[in-house]
Amino acid sequence: MKDVEMKMKERAKQLLESGEVARVVGWKKGDFCYDPSPATFETVEELDNFVYDYFCGANLSKYLIQISKKEGKTAVFLKPCDTYSFNQLVKEHRINRENVYVIAVECMAKFDIEKIKEKGVSQITGVEVKDKDVKVSSLYGETTLYKPEILLTKCETCQKTHQVKDEEIILHERPERDVDRFAEVKKLEAMTEDERFAFWKEQLSKCIRCNACRNVCPACSCVKCVFDNPASGVAAKANDSEFEEKLFHVIRAFHVAGRCTDCGECSRVCPQHIPLHLLNRKFIKDIDGLYGEFQAGEEAEGKTPLTSYTEGDAEPNDVLNGEAK
Amino acid sequence: MQEVTTEKKEFTPNIVAFCCNWCSYAGADLAGSSRLTYPANVKIIRVPCSCRVNPMFVLKAFQQGADGVILCGCHPGDCHYVTGNYYTRRRMALLFSFLNYMGIEKERTRVEWVSAAEGARFSAVMNDFVKTVTELGENKRLTDLRVKEGE
Repeated sequence: MKDVEMKMKERAKQLLESGEVARVVGWKKGDFCYDPSPATFETVEELDNFVYDYFCGANLSKYLIQISKKEGKTAVFLKPCDTYSFNQLVKEHRINRENVYVIAVECMAKFDIEKIKEKGVSQITGVEVKDKDVKVSSLYGETTLYKPEILLTKCETCQKTHQVKDEEIILHERPERDVDRFAEVKKLEAMTEDERFAFWKEQLSKCIRCNACRNVCPACSCVKCVFDNPASGVAAKANDSEFEEKLFHVIRAFHVAGRCTDCGECSRVCPQHIPLHLLNRKFIKDIDGLYGEFQAGEEAEGKTPLTSYTEGDAEPNDVLNGEAK
Repeated sequence: MQEVTTEKKEFTPNIVAFCCNWCSYAGADLAGSSRLTYPANVKIIRVPCSCRVNPMFVLKAFQQGADGVILCGCHPGDCHYVTGNYYTRRRMALLFSFLNYMGIEKERTRVEWVSAAEGARFSAVMNDFVKTVTELGENKRLTDLRVKEGE
């Protein structure tokens, strides 16, 4: 990963120096080795803080909504999953495509610091990866962890490939993976209504309405959000009742249905560890099953399942009763 | 000492029916003028087209104490606005399936196509839906308890 970072930094420097782009969007070092944050680099000096490592899980696409409106070209580093969101935003006319120079970068799956901490490792100072072993060094010594156990949830089932690129920095080949991303949704579907209700009640009651899932979501890019409407009675406030918890998450999931690229950012940023991706994946699974396989963000144009129809679509009642073809 | 009554009030569900102005609402009219009955606890909300119904409306209805929500529109292919109900069909199929995924009883939500000529069908659909929801009981999973406090 160090070699990729070097290459990226070098390329960013070239682009800035030559004046080809006015700014580069990437990740910069945080206070600790495990909290790099998205950043814009406008000068070569600023690039000293540039970083790309196993903790750069953040999706940079959404930042381009604002940045791509600025004067001059913007170069951006996109991981495979980020390119779907990018395409989706181009499709919705939110990103000015001509103003963006996309550099596709490899991603060997990212780590979830919370999962590492859960393994009892704290005060982490660095990680080193060798195949499936991750050597985590901390102030208290070294620990070796098993890589698949500390991945971000969104990376566990990711099989995405770059959908858009102007150039690429890919030095290593990603191993093929064969995992069913709907496995957990199927597990929930197999439960009884009561069990499912109990499951979601437990999960959603943890919600503190911090709006992090909404703010990070590339599909949630409305200029004015229904939840910011003072007349809605739910604007910018903590949930008062069980109903309000559900209202927020049902409406949010429905609003991104057919546009959600399954980038998994919602679950990554949730401070309460609510498996929000399971809500979106239910819609994706239903859409795939009822209206044909559809992956949002694969194309930068065309219609989404909810803005199109066929005459022989399944009837809602049949879908509910499991009789839909 | 005050006597505690254990007698239970018979449960009559609150049903909200979103009816399309051009077909189902006229269907309800026909049911009335044909002297066909449907339960009085069905509250009809007239909408210009079934596709006017925002998922928020459905949730709001449940919040305010509805025990069942039914959407009625023109038969697919007969929409006054040509394609409105095709979109409704996809939306509601996904929304209702999703609500069920969250543990909301699937009997509480329904979509039926009723044309302006189907007064008898309107009455039958409503009778059947009310019967189903009555058997199911009160909506406790998708309601705002504060709304019911005053009762």
